[in-house]
Amino acid sequence: MRTIILKSASSYLLPVLLLFSVFILLRGHYLPGGGFVGGLVAAIAFVLDAFSNGLDKTKSVLKIHPGFLMPLGLLIAFFSGISPMVFTDMPLMTGLWAKNPIPVIGAVGTALFFDLGVYLVVIGASLTIIFTISESA
Amino acid sequence: MLEAVLLGFLFSLFLVFAGSYFKGKLAVLASLVPISLFIYFCTYLPDIANGEIVYETHKWIPSFGVNLSFTLDGLALLFALMITGVGSLVFLYTSAYLKDHNYLDRFYGYLSLFMAAMLGLVLSDNLMSMFIFWELTSISSFYLIGFNNDKADSRKSALVALGITGIGGLLLLGGAVLLGDVAGTYRISEMVMLQDIITDSSQYLLIILLIFGAAFTKSAQFPFHFWLPGAMKAPTPVSTYLHSATMVKAGVYLLFRMSPVLSGGEMWHTILIVVGAVTMIYSAIHIIFRTDLKGILAYSTISALGILVFLIGIGTQAAFIAASVFIVVHALYKASLFLITGIIDHETGTRDVTQLSGLRKVLMPVAVAGFIAALISGGVPPSLGFVGKDLIYESTLHYADSTILLTLIAIVTKVLLFYAGFVAGVKPFMGKLPEKFSKLHLPSPLMWIPPLVMTLAGIVFGIFPGLIEVGIAKPIASTHVPDFEEFHLKLWHGFNTILGLSAITIALGTVLYFTLKPKHSLEKAIAKLDVIAPKDLFLKLSEGFSEFSRVWTNIFQTGYLRHYLSIIVGFLTLLLGYLIFSDFSLNIDVSTLADLTIYEISILIMLLLGVLYIVFTKSRLAAVAATGVVGLSFSLLFLFYSAPDLAMTQFSVDTLTVILFVLVLYKLPKYLKLSDSKLRIKHRILSISFGSLITLMILRVLNEPKNTEVTEFYAEKAYKLAHGKNIVNVILVDFRGIDTMIEISVLIVAALGVFGLLKLRLKTRDKK
Repeated sequence: MRTIILKSASSYLLPVLLLFSVFILLRGHYLPGGGFVGGLVAAIAFVLDAFSNGLDKTKSVLKIHPGFLMPLGLLIAFFSGISPMVFTDMPLMTGLWAKNPIPVIGAVGTALFFDLGVYLVVIGASLTIIFTISESA
Repeated sequence: MLEAVLLGFLFSLFLVFAGSYFKGKLAVLASLVPISLFIYFCTYLPDIANGEIVYETHKWIPSFGVNLSFTLDGLALLFALMITGVGSLVFLYTSAYLKDHNYLDRFYGYLSLFMAAMLGLVLSDNLMSMFIFWELTSISSFYLIGFNNDKADSRKSALVALGITGIGGLLLLGGAVLLGDVAGTYRISEMVMLQDIITDSSQYLLIILLIFGAAFTKSAQFPFHFWLPGAMKAPTPVSTYLHSATMVKAGVYLLFRMSPVLSGGEMWHTILIVVGAVTMIYSAIHIIFRTDLKGILAYSTISALGILVFLIGIGTQAAFIAASVFIVVHALYKASLFLITGIIDHETGTRDVTQLSGLRKVLMPVAVAGFIAALISGGVPPSLGFVGKDLIYESTLHYADSTILLTLIAIVTKVLLFYAGFVAGVKPFMGKLPEKFSKLHLPSPLMWIPPLVMTLAGIVFGIFPGLIEVGIAKPIASTHVPDFEEFHLKLWHGFNTILGLSAITIALGTVLYFTLKPKHSLEKAIAKLDVIAPKDLFLKLSEGFSEFSRVWTNIFQTGYLRHYLSIIVGFLTLLLGYLIFSDFSLNIDVSTLADLTIYEISILIMLLLGVLYIVFTKSRLAAVAATGVVGLSFSLLFLFYSAPDLAMTQFSVDTLTVILFVLVLYKLPKYLKLSDSKLRIKHRILSISFGSLITLMILRVLNEPKNTEVTEFYAEKAYKLAHGKNIVNVILVDFRGIDTMIEISVLIVAALGVFGLLKLRLKTRDKK
């Protein structure tokens, strides 16, 4: 499937789709979106890149094996969950929010970090599965 | 007390990291754990002797009434001292017995795990925590019996032991739940006050049967006794510790502990006396036919356990005193005999009693210990065994029912146990020393001092039985017997019936020892009866069970995906069909439904075309692409019905699914017709009926009144509590965040599974 059109398109599509996935992640708390969909979109962006440029190229773009994103994401989600217990006396998974929203990103709270964790896990897991299968096929 | 229980667990955990330091000369330091615990429990002796009971409670799951409640009374102290005392000696002995063994640290780990579990079991006042510790002893004993895991029969024995005691554990759980239900508490000390309520409840019989099941499997009572001789495959320290002194007495302990709660009914006494009597005489007779030292000791242990169950069944004050003294007696002489057997096995390489003789010339201190152990076992004065034996006769003689029969059974058993003690403790050391053993030399003192210490203790306690009376027998009797009378343990009671019976026992035992020699021919003769022995019946049962599950599995696990699918779908169809047609009512008011729009119609057409294409296409890849079309049409539908989140997710998931399918299917050979037309028709019928049932089901849902309570709750709270306006996302990351947490963990497990399965195979292929 290495056509010139797809190849040249994908070099622009990858950053745009990734940006789009972050956008979906951030808007999730107020509008349709969220970490799960965002992660899927990001994964699709990388898969598209792998289709057009080859798996090795995509892997070199990623620098690390996508599998490493899974424990990272899980840790972020976990710490955002227990942070209310650690920093305040509130029970597990209580939402903590910064008083003032940050420009561009919007309101920042533990839920956002939790979602970020989900986002990373979804990218890591789906890319690990797809890369592994396409390597062995 | 919590620290005392936890110490063993912590030590075994510590060995995981620092195990390599405990393999060489430092191994003996591991004994500091049980020794310090022994000293710790000894400090409670004065308090307990004064009739105090120490309670300690730590909250665990208070909402279920499950707590770590510990009680230290006379009974618990007796067992705690036995566990830590015998434990100390076994730990010392092991450091020499398994010297330089590759996995000595592991052995100590299992051993201290077991010790901690056993301590927890005897100290627990809460039936539920007792159950947990009970199971822990089964599990740690599984590792200990199977310690020589490179031997097939060792592994098998471990499995049999785990199977039998595991069943017992389940029965205990059942009994505990029922008992907790009837009594309204899991605390044993509270249940004691409720004895009448429990006895009168309709569940009483079931409760005692379940408790009996647990105790009889653990304490190897007939017909569950057979796992114990098998468990002798374990290294000798394990046989000493678990299968004579402690674990097998857990069942006895349970009966002892529960008897103030459950002994209200007649059934309690009848069953215990019958089972105990059958066990003690059955396995005592078995001793005659054994030539393996450990086999002899195993059967005599079962017989001794039978005596204990029997005494608890009698349940008078005399019987309780007899049982508590006999527990001490048995621990002292049986543990010593096992350790001595271990030394003989270690030095000569055989345990066949017909080949061993004259070892006193080379192993003098061991011979002394063996001789004293035999005296205690045979109940010869002035040992504590004599006191114990007299107490047993006293309790049978003063029991109201069938006095003569019970006393007779006790005498026969005691005679045979006398014989067992002398065959195991004296015979190997008497006679002429064979040439091949003349070069033996005495092993490390760490091995022969422990049995010597225990046997000498048996003599000291025999001469001064007051020590046992004040510290153990009296506190136990005073808490277990409602109308407690003062008593005194004495070596000499004057000339009476009991002394006569005692003399007869010793005389008969001596005659038996000198006339009956262990022979291989006898062992072979009894082996013919194995066909009807409980062991073989149980093994056949378990073989039948595994054969059944093999057939059952083969029916369902064919390895064909289509077969799995048809089974799942077929089962669902039957279930749904039954549900729908047993109570079917469908009334749809067409007028309330909205009109179809042009968008909806076009999507429906797309869906239909996609599905038809999947069914009729000859190309696999085209079928996959068509499933993509179906998926995308669905996400469009979600969009129209205002579920944008769902639509987005469906869209992305479908894209990735199609990619995955293509990756996997791309390499497969060309489309082949592997099923005949008959099978295809079957599949068609199945899928059409399943589809129609699902459709009917969905139409049924429309009839149900709408419940918007949940939606309203989230709509109202989402922004207030979680600062979010998108309810779906707020639910995912906040309200039900822990669910999401677990879901992403599952996702990771799946990814790692795929990675492991495929990458590991690639690696081995690369090596070639």
